[in-house]
Amino acid sequence: MKEENVIEVNQLTKTFGDFTAVNTISFEVKKGEIFGFLGANGAGKTTAMKMLIGISKPCSGEATVAGFDVYSQPESIKKNIGYMSQKFALYDDLTVKENITFFGGIYGLPRKKIREKREHLISELGLENISNKLVGSLPLGWKQKLSFSVSLLHDPKIVFLDEPTGGVDPITRRQFWEMIYKAADQGTTIFVTTHYMDEAEYCDRVSIMVEGKIEALDTPKKLKEQFKVDSMNDVFLKLARIPSPTLPKGKGENADCN
Amino acid sequence: MGISLSNISKSYKKVKAVQDISFDVNPGELFGLIGPDGAGKTTIFRILTTLLIPDKGTATVAGFDVVKDFKAIRKAVGYMPGRFSLYQDLTVEENLTFFATIFGTTIEENYDLIEDIYVQIEPFKDRRAGKLSGGMKQKLALSCALIHKPTVLFLDEPTTGVDPVSRKEFWEMLKRLQKKGITILVSTPYMDEAALCDRIALIQDGEILEIDTPEAIVSQFPKTIYNVGADNMYKLIQSLQQYEHVYSVFPFGEFVHYTDKRDSFEMADLQSYLEKEGLTAIHIESTKANIEDAFMELAR
Repeated sequence: MKEENVIEVNQLTKTFGDFTAVNTISFEVKKGEIFGFLGANGAGKTTAMKMLIGISKPCSGEATVAGFDVYSQPESIKKNIGYMSQKFALYDDLTVKENITFFGGIYGLPRKKIREKREHLISELGLENISNKLVGSLPLGWKQKLSFSVSLLHDPKIVFLDEPTGGVDPITRRQFWEMIYKAADQGTTIFVTTHYMDEAEYCDRVSIMVEGKIEALDTPKKLKEQFKVDSMNDVFLKLARIPSPTLPKGKGENADCN
Repeated sequence: MGISLSNISKSYKKVKAVQDISFDVNPGELFGLIGPDGAGKTTIFRILTTLLIPDKGTATVAGFDVVKDFKAIRKAVGYMPGRFSLYQDLTVEENLTFFATIFGTTIEENYDLIEDIYVQIEPFKDRRAGKLSGGMKQKLALSCALIHKPTVLFLDEPTTGVDPVSRKEFWEMLKRLQKKGITILVSTPYMDEAALCDRIALIQDGEILEIDTPEAIVSQFPKTIYNVGADNMYKLIQSLQQYEHVYSVFPFGEFVHYTDKRDSFEMADLQSYLEKEGLTAIHIESTKANIEDAFMELAR
């Protein structure tokens, strides 16, 4: 059932000079799966994610995302995935409507489709009264929910969420996860990083990166059994050792392998 | 001689950042401001560190008034802002020397206070601050905030975006500083860190929801919470939300926290309802409230 995998990664590696940021990682993610991608700061999560979304070339190994090769088809990957992070989300000085229209255009949707999607999305999120307000004036939680919806505008096969709920209030954080469940239920694959360990429990499967390697990968239930602990927080604390004070060599100082 | 706020309000144009806030932090206390982004935490920090003047109300820090005695406060407190604010182009050691010098002291004079934090970054003292990893920047910022031996330490979201291992380590450092007699006001959006404070204020939309010890806040939770589990999380949440006796439904890790409207909850009734909804592997048991439950109930 190979065609069911929407992400396939085999021995993927990225080095900067003599620093190995991502060290021969391998895993698959299935269609409709919620896949948690965890690790301590500096463990290599961001570097790995950049390779998967087609903006950084690996040094060795193989990976396909949505059926496209990360070396030769990065542009096709970008068209077939959604991406959302707390750092890059929406334009604060555009209105809710303008943001949706803008991103619809970027993804190459026809105007009619953008209009339909926009109306649907605004009513689904209950944003009718504020659709002409600047996004910058919205509370963070609303921004994040809108941003997630916008990342799904072009019906991507996979959506990458990079710490989507940081700093969001606990109620909105849960509403956000209900949106994730819904998208996954409809067949969208979710690839998510988070520092909230209760959110790790919401994932179908979780991988934990330690110093560039994937040290554990399984369902939250099995990981807890394997490490004989009660929570994902304890799994994480057991695995992700306090990093030794080695510095990630400034990325500018050490040459990219490419 | 800790911190005292009395009816403090501050607005930015039309936006009310904090409204009529009052609380006291006792000397030597580790006090947490717990709330999401936009709650007003940073505004409170900026008022207490004399960087903002309140519209209304009064506040004192270490016995000094935040408006009248701002110079005395600046000498007496350490402040680690949420955003990394050291000089990126100076090395680790240069930053620390700089902060020691402007406060009229030396690294050697107060080294004992920062020693167990600074030794972890000392091997890299010749590296520019801008080239440090997130965790190291955090340790350097804390060292710089401590180098003049402040009586009160302000830490604005020191652990935001930090992984659980480094967060745990950071809180252990705070506990050690508290033992040295420093009063600490710390803010965080992570509710699990609330349990590590002596007392906390839960804050949302510029208003304080509750102030107490974490244990007392949790024990005052008005309802019984049930952990509900089943094979399909999404379907379970939807089914519970449509259950006629539902009061609240919140996913919590591998379970859903469910509370019921009725005084006498019937477990068998919920069980059979969920079975009818087509769920399997159903699991229902009562559980204890935590700070996040309390926050969500108070914020309703």
